[in-house]
Amino acid sequence: MKQQIDELKKRALSAVESAPDRKALEEARVAFLGKKGELTAILKQTGTLPAEERPVAGQLANSVRAEFEAAFAAKLSALESAEIEKKLQTERIDITLPGVRRKIGSRHPLNIVLDELKEIFISMGYTMVYGPEVEETRYVFDMLNTSEGHPARDEQDTFYIDDETVLRTQTSSVQIRAMLEQKPPIAVISPGRVYRRDEADATHSPIFHQCEGLVVDKGITFGDLKGTLETFFKRLYGDGIRLRFRPHHFPYTEPSAEVDLSCFKCGGSGCPLCKGEGWIEMLGCGMVHPRVLSNCGIDPEEYGGFAFGVGIERITLMRYEIDNMRLLYENDMRFLRQF
Amino acid sequence: MNLSINWLNDYVDVKSVPTDKLASGLTMSGSKVERYRSLSEPLKKIVIGKVLEIKRHENSDKLWICAVDVRAPEPVRIVTGAQNVFEGAAVPVVLDGGVVLNRRDGCAVKIKKSKLRGEVSEGMLCSLDELGLDKGDFPYASADGILILNDDPDFDKIEIGMDALDFFGLNDTVMEFEITNNRPDCLSVTGLAREAAATFNLPLRLKEPSHTGFKCNIEKEIDVVIENKRLCSRYMAGLAKNVKIAPSPKWLAARLKASGVRPINNIVDITNYVMLEYGYPLHAFDRRFIEGGQIIIRSAFNGERITLLDGNTVELDGGVLVIADKMKPIAVAGVMGGEYSGVMPDTDTVIFEAACFDGVSVRKASKKIARRTESSSRFEKGLEPANVKTALLRALQLTEELGCGEVSDTFIDYVNFEETRRKTPHDYRKINAILGTDISESEQTRIFERLGFDREDNAVIPPGARSDIELTCDLAEEVARIYGYDNIKPTLPRLVKSGGRSDYERDIRKLTGVLTAQGCYECVTYSFVPPRMNEAQTEKPIKIRNPFGEETSEMRLSLIPSMLSVISNNITARNAEARLFEIGKVYGKNGEKEFLCVGLYGKDESFYTLKGVMEEIAPLPEIGDLDEKPFHPGRAAVGGAARFGEISPLELRRFGISERVYVAEIDLEALFGGCYGAAKYYKPVPKYPAVTRDLSLVCPDETASGDIIALIKKSGGFLESVEFFALFKGGNLKEGEKSLSYKLTFRKADGTLTDGEVDEIISDILSALKSENIELRG
Repeated sequence: MKQQIDELKKRALSAVESAPDRKALEEARVAFLGKKGELTAILKQTGTLPAEERPVAGQLANSVRAEFEAAFAAKLSALESAEIEKKLQTERIDITLPGVRRKIGSRHPLNIVLDELKEIFISMGYTMVYGPEVEETRYVFDMLNTSEGHPARDEQDTFYIDDETVLRTQTSSVQIRAMLEQKPPIAVISPGRVYRRDEADATHSPIFHQCEGLVVDKGITFGDLKGTLETFFKRLYGDGIRLRFRPHHFPYTEPSAEVDLSCFKCGGSGCPLCKGEGWIEMLGCGMVHPRVLSNCGIDPEEYGGFAFGVGIERITLMRYEIDNMRLLYENDMRFLRQF
Repeated sequence: MNLSINWLNDYVDVKSVPTDKLASGLTMSGSKVERYRSLSEPLKKIVIGKVLEIKRHENSDKLWICAVDVRAPEPVRIVTGAQNVFEGAAVPVVLDGGVVLNRRDGCAVKIKKSKLRGEVSEGMLCSLDELGLDKGDFPYASADGILILNDDPDFDKIEIGMDALDFFGLNDTVMEFEITNNRPDCLSVTGLAREAAATFNLPLRLKEPSHTGFKCNIEKEIDVVIENKRLCSRYMAGLAKNVKIAPSPKWLAARLKASGVRPINNIVDITNYVMLEYGYPLHAFDRRFIEGGQIIIRSAFNGERITLLDGNTVELDGGVLVIADKMKPIAVAGVMGGEYSGVMPDTDTVIFEAACFDGVSVRKASKKIARRTESSSRFEKGLEPANVKTALLRALQLTEELGCGEVSDTFIDYVNFEETRRKTPHDYRKINAILGTDISESEQTRIFERLGFDREDNAVIPPGARSDIELTCDLAEEVARIYGYDNIKPTLPRLVKSGGRSDYERDIRKLTGVLTAQGCYECVTYSFVPPRMNEAQTEKPIKIRNPFGEETSEMRLSLIPSMLSVISNNITARNAEARLFEIGKVYGKNGEKEFLCVGLYGKDESFYTLKGVMEEIAPLPEIGDLDEKPFHPGRAAVGGAARFGEISPLELRRFGISERVYVAEIDLEALFGGCYGAAKYYKPVPKYPAVTRDLSLVCPDETASGDIIALIKKSGGFLESVEFFALFKGGNLKEGEKSLSYKLTFRKADGTLTDGEVDEIISDILSALKSENIELRG
């Protein structure tokens, strides 16, 4: 009997091994382990053997069955893998065809920049305040130390609604509103539209966007102004950027400064973008004039502050290397899709 | 302000400072240098020589060989084709290695020792063009020959061998400054000299001008009456007689030209020279034309006319201050002289006027007559009357020194101001507190000394011209700019504040996120519009009093016209489709409100794609018909905070648009005031499976889908959702019928629904529908 089992095992394993496909493999299984299979028959026979032979023969037959089943499973898996491999070959697609997209839009570059700017100032402890664009002259001029007769009030430069109302020429008017409404410490930025009587061309627009910044507290210094703007521009443009503070004049700040940034393109060695200067004029700022503080009911002996106004268009044009300001307001899809 | 560095050197010796350092130093101390250029650029190695001998060139009948004395050990040998040279002529000679300009295109040409038809030439004799000189300044020069200097009025100043550029006044650099409004004192050579001296810590060499003059009782010569004292704080006049009108000497003319002022004649040039040097405009009147010998400073009469120096007649009004004689105005004070007020070739006696007029009044006058001059631009910034005298004295001194005429030893001086020394207390600690610095008291004191401030006890007194100094913060800026803004350490303020966005701003962020996810691109448009774009609105628009033109004359009352303009431009630009949005303000008489406007066009867009965008923004629980401009009646709706729909073709025609356009306008305050930012809470995910059934229904065309859904919801138990998925017309349907298909989802919270249960619910729904004439499609 043992000999018979060994011989059967050999044939069975070889049939599994040589099966060319799943059908042949299944046939081999039926032939050996099916209801009428040879091994099944032997297993049935073991019951008829004498009691002392039964365990040995049973054990042997079972181990052969296990061996056969293992071989069968391995072969089946190998055949399946081969079949899948073959199918993969036929399923090649053209991966260079375009993706199927659910198309998304984007924000306007001016607002992408503005959002970044807000993010930076929020992280430094600022909140946003807003004010009207059709604004009273006392907020745009008088309380900002720009009295009657000052050239900035000229009809040549400012859009007037009537004698007491203008389209604000700068977001500084919100400084006044903020100081009238809040008590120090104040740390606000105020983004928004401003209006100047400039004809639209590649570098001018009668409407543009500014972001005003104002801090009022005890012990605020010019050094704080420098540090704040340095932190801001390094966050915006990276640590490589350098700032240059130049003395300047504004009626509502003293001392005042204009801030130049090292040229984004040449890094300061001079190129057409910076007109060979190595610096690009970026914004105006200064320590809030004591008269402006008093105008808002804040005691300049006790409190000090700084303010700055930065042009969003300027940063946007530089950031994206846009060479014509008019593109920002034309809203051509071929332009908008680039951001 | 254009500054000649040679001129600057008269008052502060900056010769040891390289030009680029001078420019950057002055920029960083507050006088911004826009650019600078050397006047001689690119000319090089040009001297004045004397022609000793001329010979014919043996191989040419046009060329000459000249021996020219240039004070070198040997005369230089130069071959020239010019026919106007002669022995004894003084000529500009460019030597070997020198540079002149090409006669044709003005480009730089390097001259080298070379052979011309076999004869060595060691340089070149120069013409006017080759030196870049102006024919007007050398009327005697031959048009196509060499510049012969023997007839020059300054011939006696020529030394053979001298640098020709020195003779022509070209060895100079011009620096262009942007001067801020608060520093009119820096619109002058002496003002900038003071800045340069302070910046580089160099001595300032300023002294009061003086002259001898002839004995003259000036009061007898001219009578001055000031009628409007408010607008004229000081009026001074001096006299020059036996004047000889002639061109100015070269050095003076060169300095004027370097400063951007055209030389005219010696007397006019002196007034301009003094204006540039001290920043105080002067005027020179020919006494013959001051009728009645009286100068009256008064307001013009309404409608009074004056013919200006430029030949044009302008009308004045009572707001304009004039200088008049007994008969007529002879000058618009501080702006421009009248026709006959100027100096003429035969002028014999000149009255020099030096005065201080009110800045605002000069600015108004300048606007009234539409003339902005060097004079008015200085007066309008506000000049200090105290310094008028120096200017007048300088003019008299120059007239005397240059031999232009005999000047009066006395002068008229009407003073309508009190000379005060403006003291500002100097507290070095307060200055440090403003700047965040630790600059010692003595260092601060030294800075004020460098700036020419006087000291009295614990106060400083600025130089007379510095009207901008008043408060401690002004002193702080003085200290800071000389100490160097760059040297102040950057710090951060110690704020105890938490930054952040308001609810409104958070909502805006969420909204823009949804819109971009819907494929919308944001646009930014102008907030002023032409009146026709506001016509559809019932509200009255805000009008701009001084717009550029009608196209930008009103503040917009709606974002829709702006959106339609953008869409129109995009269609014109052949962009086949677009989804756009703008968040912007509209400007009513009662204030400003922010709106969202969405605009769609293109082959895939419809009322329903726009409605889809609206639904993504916020649910539209109630929806109603919208029949108002500019929408298409029957294809527009109002729901929640939104008005949206197709734009009427009648409206689109105004924008030149011929395809369908869909626009929505949402009041943001209303949107955010609703359920927009409402808090969200978790609901458990369903445990038991749902059963879905599709129903295709047939109903009359006019039946609204919204009503069918409402009916289904009312009559169906365990109904979780009803979703529309298809609309069908035609086929075997009757005319006036349509088929609508819905997917119904049923679910029990506490068990699995059986098919039998669902069948029962469906039959309830169908019988409810049937009673409304809605049948199951067979």
